[in-house]
Amino acid sequence: MSKEVLRMDGITKIYSNGFTANHDVNLVLHEGEILALVGENGAGKTTLMKILFGMESHQGGHIEVNGTTVKINSPLDAIALGIGMVHQHFMQVPSATVAENVTLGIEPRQGSVYDKKEAIKRTQELSDRYQLMVKATDRINDLSVAQRQKVEILKALARNCRILILDEPTAVLTPQETEELFVQLKNLKESGISIIFISHKLHEVMQLSDNIVVLRAGKVTGTLVTKDVNPAQISRLMVGRDVVMSIEKDDPKPEDTILQVRNLVYYNDENVKVVDNVSFGIRKGEVVGIAGVEGNGQNEIAELITGLVKADSGEIILNGKSTAGLEIRDIRDLGLAYISEDRMRYGVAANLSIRENIMADRLDRKEFRTGFLYNSKKINSHVDSLIREFEIACDDQTQPVRMLSGGNIQKVVVAREFSSGANLIVANQPTRGIDVGTSELIRKTLVRKSRNKEASTLLVSSDLNEILEVSDRLLVMKNGQIVAQFAKAQAVDEFELGEYMLGIKRMTAEEMGDLL
Amino acid sequence: MSTLSNILFMTIRLSTPIVLAALACSITKKAGLLNMGAEALMLMAALIGVLVSAWTQSLIIGLVAGLASSILITLIICYVSFDLKCDLNLTNISMNNAVIGGTVFIMYLVTGQKSVTAGILNSKTMPTVNIPIIKDIPFIGEVISGHNVMTYIAIVMIVAVWFLLYKTVLGLRIRCVGENPMAAESVGISSKKIWYISYALSGLVAGMGGVFLSMGYLSWFARDMMGGRGFMAMAAMNIANGEPVGSAVNALLFGLAQAFGTFIQRFNINADLILAFPYMFAVLLISVLTFIRQRQEKQHRLNMIKAREQKV
Repeated sequence: MSKEVLRMDGITKIYSNGFTANHDVNLVLHEGEILALVGENGAGKTTLMKILFGMESHQGGHIEVNGTTVKINSPLDAIALGIGMVHQHFMQVPSATVAENVTLGIEPRQGSVYDKKEAIKRTQELSDRYQLMVKATDRINDLSVAQRQKVEILKALARNCRILILDEPTAVLTPQETEELFVQLKNLKESGISIIFISHKLHEVMQLSDNIVVLRAGKVTGTLVTKDVNPAQISRLMVGRDVVMSIEKDDPKPEDTILQVRNLVYYNDENVKVVDNVSFGIRKGEVVGIAGVEGNGQNEIAELITGLVKADSGEIILNGKSTAGLEIRDIRDLGLAYISEDRMRYGVAANLSIRENIMADRLDRKEFRTGFLYNSKKINSHVDSLIREFEIACDDQTQPVRMLSGGNIQKVVVAREFSSGANLIVANQPTRGIDVGTSELIRKTLVRKSRNKEASTLLVSSDLNEILEVSDRLLVMKNGQIVAQFAKAQAVDEFELGEYMLGIKRMTAEEMGDLL
Repeated sequence: MSTLSNILFMTIRLSTPIVLAALACSITKKAGLLNMGAEALMLMAALIGVLVSAWTQSLIIGLVAGLASSILITLIICYVSFDLKCDLNLTNISMNNAVIGGTVFIMYLVTGQKSVTAGILNSKTMPTVNIPIIKDIPFIGEVISGHNVMTYIAIVMIVAVWFLLYKTVLGLRIRCVGENPMAAESVGISSKKIWYISYALSGLVAGMGGVFLSMGYLSWFARDMMGGRGFMAMAAMNIANGEPVGSAVNALLFGLAQAFGTFIQRFNINADLILAFPYMFAVLLISVLTFIRQRQEKQHRLNMIKAREQKV
């Protein structure tokens, strides 16, 4: 085997809020090797690479580059050690040329004058040598996303990088562009550059990599040689529950349809079809879960139903009425409640009090008024009863929401959304990053509300425990399409689910049955 | 001298401080900062130039001191904004007010006067230049020759600032920091350092405009003698989107408006209206150009949507 260029040994990263992102992670990289770092979202892949690139500190373990132990405190340290990283969000100056971007900070110069000719020459030479097919004199503004990604690679190469990290590089590419990138990455490998490639697309990993490190919940669950494994084996290491939490519930007795989604199509800002002809329905008294690796359209489904983004085609019918052209307020009045993935942005106004946040959607109701003034007594008692019911730990109802813990902020959100009188709750990652007790409360309330026919739920979650235990019916999304339906979520085998999530298997229309 | 050549001569003369201030604003704009403090920078340079040249009886020392004082003001603005993290625009506005009051205070301490230094301080002025050969060409000579030396320096500065921004390593870094500080930081360029440098350069150029007014255009300092030229310069720069040459051309248009205002004084028109004319002109110009730019952007968006539909 060729020379070892990088060794990460026993890396442990614990965030200040106690979350362990990496636990005792080991990773070895050889010269001219393409190493795939795979795992679900939140498994700690990006954190590990940020540690390597000096963007995050770590508590335990050490890093060796070319056999010597190094301390990497900033990206500049990493660059000096020959490590380059292509981020998901490019660090580029749009109105400047490719050559200017590539040479920024290491400008060729004559005195204090920028040597434009030399910059273009160097950049073009690099681009030609590795067949990256970028023109040095083009402006970044005029380039496609794929070409801009090549510019990031050029920036690293211009700084003599020997270890190149790519953070989910294919997420923004079309299949043709992905093919092209892989050919170029193999060229880089031939010239002795080592590559770490973060991904959760297994067919790409199989196609490109020499070796694979699998992370799950911050721990290495497997170090594999690509040619000796198959995708199903990787999937088993990636997807799984460490502890099975179970919720006891009766079987649902669904009644008439509350929500109907038909042939929904949505293109995101980058013109990618992220929701591709999706149809499904939710009936009274059931919890429908959508599982999937993040970024396969689940989040967009939630945002389309709640009206945060508008569909390019297709229709959404809530309680018998189409939501097309309606304001969010009108959609909520039709009977919708929403627990957003991003609670600080869409869930609460952080500087306002608990009382104001809870009252935000119901201030204009008659019961809280006397004449044209607010009835403070009624409002106070309403808010206090919700604080008691949802066990929000606070000084009193006038406390600004930002002073509360994450779990209690989420309780404020659910206290409002669960008491708004809606009969459809869209819960998008409702328990992400919050404590066990609050998660438990939210999950149980969702189940209870469906059982006593108060409200049905559309649950989007990447927490396997949650999606399997809370949901009655389970849908799986991949590449913007529904690829599987399970009638009874609690009976689903998590490894089988993993194979659908990662695109190894796919149900036929007959197997799925009636989605509406 | 014909009326036309007279107006054009006046235009160049009146434009000089606005051109310099607009160039000053252009440098910081390219670094991503709006320089609302040009007024303060010019005013301080104008006063210190007069005082020091009167004390030392040396034009050069006076000029150097004037320019140094405006650079010092920029360093204070930078320290307050980038180290103490106060909002840049608020810092600039406060600095304008502080310098308007502060210059009167200093003038009073030194001369006992609160309005002008004329007749009390014997300060130096920069010479006017008659360009050989050109001065003898009819019309052109009348317009172009015979200006203060600082006017010719201003013309050189247009090229110099353009060269700085588009041809030097520093200029590349200034533009990159202005557009995406994160990108610059990621390759080891300190955006704070670039901001300090561009603001200091801005102070130098704006200071030239200040000393022109008190040591060239006039030979004394008067309270609040910038009279909004710094803001007019900022408008000129903004209309040109920070491009140095475009900023200078716009500044020239404002100079023309001022010259025209002075010219129509002869026709017994209300003096307040004449004073307001250049500013009204500025508002009009900004409105028209903004309207055109918005229409262009709208068209661009429509084209993008069309391209996307075709792709789909």
